[in-house]
Parts: sequence; structure tokens; C-alpha cells
Amino acid sequence: MPAPLFYFFSLLMLIFGALVVICRNPVASALSLVVSFVGLAALFISLDAYFIGTIQILVYAGAVMVLFLFIIMLLDIRAEAGRKPNMLAVVGGIALAVIFLVQLGSVLSKNEMGNKTVADVPINYQTAAQVQKLDTIKADLQNSTLPDAKLVGQTLFNRYPFQIQLIGCLLLVGTVGVVLLSKREVN
Amino acid sequence: MITLNHYLFVSGILFAIGLTGVVARRNILTIYMCLEMMLSAANLTLVAFSRFHLTDGLPDYNAQALVFFTITVAAAEVAVGLAIIVALYRTKHSVDVGAVDNLKG
Repeated sequence: MPAPLFYFFSLLMLIFGALVVICRNPVASALSLVVSFVGLAALFISLDAYFIGTIQILVYAGAVMVLFLFIIMLLDIRAEAGRKPNMLAVVGGIALAVIFLVQLGSVLSKNEMGNKTVADVPINYQTAAQVQKLDTIKADLQNSTLPDAKLVGQTLFNRYPFQIQLIGCLLLVGTVGVVLLSKREVN
Repeated sequence: MITLNHYLFVSGILFAIGLTGVVARRNILTIYMCLEMMLSAANLTLVAFSRFHLTDGLPDYNAQALVFFTITVAAAEVAVGLAIIVALYRTKHSVDVGAVDNLKG
């Protein structure tokens, strides 16, 4: 990704991320978070993670944030907007963030391994094509295209089949739990 | 040029914004959104490390599998968490974290 695009999407993500915290209206916060996640998805795609970028938009910006907006509108919580923020908590939160960023900056400034660009570690399609066993992935790699979704799927189903089933169980338990929690108690 | 450190720092800033929100805000829905933001910041770090750590000429797909699991768990967590928030709103008629002080000593 060219440098201007990286800065554009990073700034988009960070500015709208800050708006999530600053906005008093929860609907504005939720919509800012959607824009922030779109910027984040662009950064994922800049890192050649097309599948992750796509599900970031589909699952987060699509499903999760719609659920948030749905709940915000269902609860109708505009009455809370008048309360003034707790100054101690605001100062404490900003101080925590600043301490964290100073620490991170001091670690990263000494991190020699982090000084390589994407161009320094190019994807080697021919080497990868020799190692891969599946024909469809091999053919894609020989054409110098990255079969991102296929490779993620191959990793998931070959290396983490048990975890996939566990995630399936978790989603089922989550669904049952949500139904149970939102059910109005009789009597 | 854009290096790995740029990605790590941007992800750190996003995490810090989320942390500020969790500590400073009192609306439980906003706190929840900031939690999602922190999870996404961690995902960005994972994907960046995945791209810069080539194995057999390809990005390390184990990291992206982990991101996939994180996103799935986060989606399930949001569904359950929002149901809890709705149940809380029914009893307290407020989404302010200050209203929930039953366990306060």
C-alpha cells in the first residue's frame, strides 16, 4: 500500500475511533465505530489479509454494529445525554492511555526487527506453490495470485478442526443464552 | 516507507483510545463499543505480525486463524453482552454504570 493511503486510512480509523469516545450520543458513537472499522479493514487488506478484511466489514461493521444500533434504539436512552462526565475518570483514562503510548513508543523505537517494510518481505509465490499440496491453491500461487480465503480455510480445517467445533458450540451456547436472558419472566 | 513499527504503533493508538473510553465513559453501551475497538486493535497487531513473518513464502496463516477465532468469539460475546445490558436496563431503567452498585462495599 502506498504511504499516503496508509496514513489516510490510519487517520480515518483513529479520528473516528476517538469520536466513539467523545460523542455523547450513543447512535453517533456506533456510527463512528462503523467508519473506524472500515478504515481498519482497509489496513487489513493492505497487509494482504483479504479474507480477514472482508469478515471485519461483514461481521463487525455489518452484523455487530447493526446489533448495537438495534439495542440503542430499542432502549431509547437519549435521556442520559445531559449528565456531565466524571472528570477524575476522564483524566485517569487519558493518563493511562498516554502512559501506555509512551511505553509502546519507547519499545518500538528500539525494535530493530520492526524496521522492515512489506516490500522487504515479498510473498514468494513460486516457493509457496512447491510446498502446497492442494491443486487449486497451487494453481492460484503459480499464477501469482494469493488465494487468501483458501489458505485461511486450509489452516482452519487442517490444523484447528477441534477449535472450529468448539467455536460452533460457543455460538450455539451464546444463542441459547441470549434467548434465555432476553425472555421476560412469567410471574 | 511504512514499516511493521508503523502498524504496531497505529494499533497501539487504537488500543489506547479504547482503553480511555472504557475508563472514562459511564454509558455501558459506549464502554462495550470501546472493548470491541480494543479487540480489533489486537487483531491488527496479529495480522501485521502474520504478514511480516513469512513461512514458506506466504504470510503466517496461523495468526489469521487466531484472528478469525477472535472475531467469532467477539461476535458471540457482543450478543450475550447486549442481552445482559437489555436485562440490566429492564431492572435499573438506566445504562449508566453508576446505577449498578449492588456489590459496592
